[in-house]
Amino acid sequence: MLKNTFKLVIGLFALSSMVVASAGTLEDVKRKGYVQCGVSTGLPGFSAPDDKGLMQGLDADLCRAVAAAVLGDASKVRFSKLTAKERFAALASGEVDLLNRNTTWTMHRDTGLGLNFAGVNYYDGQGFLVKKSLGVKSAKDLDGASVCIQAGTTTELNLSDYFRANGMKFKAITYDTSDQTRSGFEAGRCDILTSDRSQLAALRLGLKNPSSAVVLPEIISKEPLGPVVRQGDDQWFNIVKWTLNAQINAEEMGITSANVDKHANDANATPGVKRLLGKEGGFGAKIGLSDSWAYKIIKQVGNYGEVFKRTVGADSPLKLARGTNELWSRGGILYAPPVR
Amino acid sequence: MFSSLKFRQYAIQIFLLLALVIFFLFIANNAEENMAARNMTAGFGFLEEKAGFPILFSPFIEYNAAINSYFDTFLIGFGNTVLVSILGIITATIVGLIFGVARLSQNWLVAKIASVYVEVFRNIPLLLQITFWYFAIMIPLLPSPRQSFTLGGDWFVMNNRGFYVPEVTGDGLSTLLYALLFAFVLIYFFVKWAKKKQAESGTVLPKFWLSLLILIIVPTIAVVFSSGNLELVFPEKGRFAWRGGWVVIPELAALWLALTIYTGTFIAENIRGGILAVSKGQTEAALALGLSRSQTLRLVVIPQALRVIIPPQTSQYLNLTKNSSLAAAVGYPDLVSVFAGTALNQVGRAIEIISMTMLVYLTLSLTISICMNIYNSRMKLRER
Repeated sequence: MLKNTFKLVIGLFALSSMVVASAGTLEDVKRKGYVQCGVSTGLPGFSAPDDKGLMQGLDADLCRAVAAAVLGDASKVRFSKLTAKERFAALASGEVDLLNRNTTWTMHRDTGLGLNFAGVNYYDGQGFLVKKSLGVKSAKDLDGASVCIQAGTTTELNLSDYFRANGMKFKAITYDTSDQTRSGFEAGRCDILTSDRSQLAALRLGLKNPSSAVVLPEIISKEPLGPVVRQGDDQWFNIVKWTLNAQINAEEMGITSANVDKHANDANATPGVKRLLGKEGGFGAKIGLSDSWAYKIIKQVGNYGEVFKRTVGADSPLKLARGTNELWSRGGILYAPPVR
Repeated sequence: MFSSLKFRQYAIQIFLLLALVIFFLFIANNAEENMAARNMTAGFGFLEEKAGFPILFSPFIEYNAAINSYFDTFLIGFGNTVLVSILGIITATIVGLIFGVARLSQNWLVAKIASVYVEVFRNIPLLLQITFWYFAIMIPLLPSPRQSFTLGGDWFVMNNRGFYVPEVTGDGLSTLLYALLFAFVLIYFFVKWAKKKQAESGTVLPKFWLSLLILIIVPTIAVVFSSGNLELVFPEKGRFAWRGGWVVIPELAALWLALTIYTGTFIAENIRGGILAVSKGQTEAALALGLSRSQTLRLVVIPQALRVIIPPQTSQYLNLTKNSSLAAAVGYPDLVSVFAGTALNQVGRAIEIISMTMLVYLTLSLTISICMNIYNSRMKLRER
């Protein structure tokens, strides 16, 4: 689209006219007094405005957690809504400090774009949403189908690979935004909509009649989604990485936004808890923050489990199960390195 | 020497040129340094890598995601942009001509309808119109593949996956195309001859009907008497959709329609302005000579009006071509959607890809400009 191209050109121009020796992102953020965070144009559960216009979701809350750690105030975030196509240019050009836009961590993106992935905040996989009336039971029945898909995503490549591997043909209609993709599917331009399974749940709820469509059982790809920062700013990279790790560690230790004060004031707390909450070890200083960085994250935003439950889990309309995203100690694969 | 006017003029020009060159070198250098600082690489090597993503519509090149390269996706995007631009330019001109003339009609109702068309569609943003035709009209209102609307068996199939007609194939196809080409050349010379004859003897031949006759007879003879045979491949109903035949996908149809209707309004105004610029005395003189109303319009008014019409018409054609980049909104795989969209996101080479894309639009625009300028210089007033 013209608008996107325009943004890209502006981004390129910014990239080419910026002085090389820009200050670190941490100083920039402290000076500005807010974190500029790139999120999606609207994906319920991950980043979508609520009825008061506030950005809500798993990705949005990770932005808030970073703001809480860096600035001590989770509300000091400004969100930039980016389409899948715009996101990397926006991050590379410095338009945003941090990209939390359900972005799949791939080798190409990690190594070829001058970006770094700072962890995984949701383990996802690509799936299919199908109209019930077609009577399709498995993705193997989809030979000859038309597929609606969003431009600029890894799903475009996975889809090609999957159909080719199974010797099936398809037609892909590639839209610009996820709303357009849903409209195309709903109006019957395509038989299937493909995307990450977490998004399918959200997209399905956005249909006029959610029960008219089903998510097929097949998962055709690995989609580790996570926060992205610019390469070459290790301090900022560490801050984002350990913000996420702190939230996961907090859940593992049973520290929630409700009981964090009790843990922080407990003289008999375990050494691990004391280190995380800044009572021992001085870990905040090591990433250029105050020692109470993790305390502020947990107090203001919550641990990973709390955020998950509130945004995509049991307390949300999406009601996604923890599944793979459960802690390693409870059968999932979430495993944060220890704070020590 | 400094007081010499000529020297100062040249010095200023050279200074400006140098400043411009230095400015662009500075930008290029800065971009290079910044990319190096961010560990981003530059280069066009990616064009040879396999693309691996699907493309909906590729009428000119056989596309297979597993085989074709990013350069092929560039060509396909380019082809699709050119296709919708040419189609749009043709239909927008026809629509504009009809409504431009209609707005000047003596018939009150016809004139009002044309006015309403122009005022309504000129004033609604194009993106909105494209989205409207696609998401509000074509996709929901056309029947699903299972309840397709068909005409005469499988001669014409219409559903929300496309408009299908039988495909003409077989070894006689090239004969047919050459015969058509030959027919057009024949018509060109015939019309020239007929005009000359009319100028010499005053005999008026029915040029249009005779031309049509040539257009039908020549290819028919060629196909009947050549050894090659033509086959019709009818669209066939599959499990999910129809296959085979020639198809116009709804994305193309919606974009084409929107571009036609939107640009048509500007062209209509253009043409109205051009006609009004021809002095009334010309019409009166033609009528006094006994020419009919349509002859007056065709032979006296329009040739003179064209001189006023052509220059702004060029801008409208350029606008239409550039506006076709709104295609991504409805999923039509044009250059911006395929190459500056998906391909850019897959390989992340923003500077290279955006430069190539801009160069294509520049080339297209300049080509249209040149063609129109040639046409303009042929049409302009020759003072004797």
